[in-house]
Amino acid sequence: MKFMRLIWVNLLRNKRRTILTVLSVAVALFLFTTLRSVVTALDAVSEVGSEARLITRSATGITFPLPQSYFERLRAQEGVQSVSWANWFGGIYVNESNFFAQLAIDHETYLAMYPEMAIPDDQRQAFLNERTAVLVGRGLMERFGWTLDQNVTLQGTIFPGDWEFTIRAVYVPDDPSFGDQLFFFHYDYLYEGVNGNIIPGWYVIQLDDPAAAPAAIDRIDRMFENSSSPTKTETEKAFNAGFVTMWGNIGFLVKAIGTAVFFAILLVAANTMMMAGRERIGENAVLKTLGFQDGLLFRLVLAESLLITLLGGALGVFGSKLMFGPGNPVNSFIQGFEVEWSTVILGLVIATLLGMISGIVPAWQAMRLPVIQALRRVA
Amino acid sequence: MALVEIKDLAKVFYRDSQKIPVFDGVDLEMEQGEFLSLMGPSGSGKSTLLHLLAGLDKPTSGMISVGGANVTGMKRKELAAWRAQHIGFVFQFYNLLPVLTAFQNVELPLLLTKLSSRERREHVMTALGVVGLTDRSDHYPRQLSGGQEQRAGIARAIVSDPTIILADEPTGDLDAKSADEILVLLQQLNKEFNKTILMVTHDAHAAERAHAVMHLDKGVLSR
Repeated sequence: MKFMRLIWVNLLRNKRRTILTVLSVAVALFLFTTLRSVVTALDAVSEVGSEARLITRSATGITFPLPQSYFERLRAQEGVQSVSWANWFGGIYVNESNFFAQLAIDHETYLAMYPEMAIPDDQRQAFLNERTAVLVGRGLMERFGWTLDQNVTLQGTIFPGDWEFTIRAVYVPDDPSFGDQLFFFHYDYLYEGVNGNIIPGWYVIQLDDPAAAPAAIDRIDRMFENSSSPTKTETEKAFNAGFVTMWGNIGFLVKAIGTAVFFAILLVAANTMMMAGRERIGENAVLKTLGFQDGLLFRLVLAESLLITLLGGALGVFGSKLMFGPGNPVNSFIQGFEVEWSTVILGLVIATLLGMISGIVPAWQAMRLPVIQALRRVA
Repeated sequence: MALVEIKDLAKVFYRDSQKIPVFDGVDLEMEQGEFLSLMGPSGSGKSTLLHLLAGLDKPTSGMISVGGANVTGMKRKELAAWRAQHIGFVFQFYNLLPVLTAFQNVELPLLLTKLSSRERREHVMTALGVVGLTDRSDHYPRQLSGGQEQRAGIARAIVSDPTIILADEPTGDLDAKSADEILVLLQQLNKEFNKTILMVTHDAHAAERAHAVMHLDKGVLSR
């Protein structure tokens, strides 16, 4: 600790250069932490979902609805326990930046299929009994400061008009990846609001046995193969994973960007340390003359490098953690998106590595510095 | 037994394949409390002798002993530790660290000891008191005059109470008045504190302040 002051004053010797380097590292680590959290969240989303639930959607695309008549035909299939459906609503709450997913659901069948949503019994009943009632995730409630029994108005985009709802129930997911930012309301309410000009967006099918899924998928899609609306059926888990891949190969992209940023910042930090080392050749020679050992000088230079990258790293990763903690707005786009502590620790480990790699050459040079030649330079 | 013993010392520099002998067969003895000046033309090897004595460089052959310790037989790491304890080095251009105050510069050698913060402070203030810089302890080198900087350099050299003080042209960068003050200070250190001093200088008047003047020329050291 008694050498800390020496390290610190050396860091502050060229304040502008140190601050710029710290900020470079901070921005890089902020990007890394945030992007990695995106990948982690997307990976988690692709893992969530039941193998015993199937999603049947239009083979043309998710935005194309399916006939109402499919409901009974699906329900009549062998091994099918129950069937429900849902529609994407796409409304705006106050302004467009307040994005969150709103789903019109066949409330009774849908809730029965999703035991992973924990809802108090009285609230569940209140939601089922009232046509304009909504079921909201706890995270969404917290995000907008909503309270139970509050009226909420959404401005329809796909279904124009002002749609008024009353929050009657709040759910808590048993798995964070399921998301606590969803907004469910009665399909009937939507149906009446658009005078019946609507058909289900997709169907959710609960199977008796998950092992029967491949056969059921094959049977369902073959059944509608030659209809006006052919279907594409997959397990809910595969559906979620497919939804994630619609974003492209995010993982690869993030890793590529992360690697490029790492090396760019490594060069910046290394350059700073090399410049600092060159400027202090004479002083290091003086320190050696005073009796500072090679190993001590090595450690002092390395500590300086580590301090720069750790300061920047801490600024970046904790900034990211602060900005994208629980209940952050991005959570509405990517379920479960949050900078986790494991990512923060990984960021700090990378900052440490960055400091060690960028400091090792100047530290080695300081250690091996030939005192006589260096003293002649300052004499 | 003399405090400093140099026997049959030789130093040869190599530039590419060219062999440049600096001196050969140099012998020297210094007693405890002795103040010697070393003069000689540029390139005669005065500073090289000082560097060898401080263990900053290795001789080509010969032996150096300081306070009974065989300097030439020590390894790099041992030399650094020994230097911290036994050598006080005064530079021509002071070589204070510009980012540290006078106090912090003087404290540097003590950071290598096990002294507590309070003990270090006491030692530093004593050293600054000896050189008359107590009131300038919080000043940075840029806020000091040349003479004051050199006094801070001397305080740094004596703070760990070394066996010998090696001064490499300590007045070479100073005006006459400041140079005189530094020489008086070195004499005071020698007389009052019985410090052994070897001073390299080009200035004959400065050299006269020592007990004896030695000359190094064409590889030969003579009194």
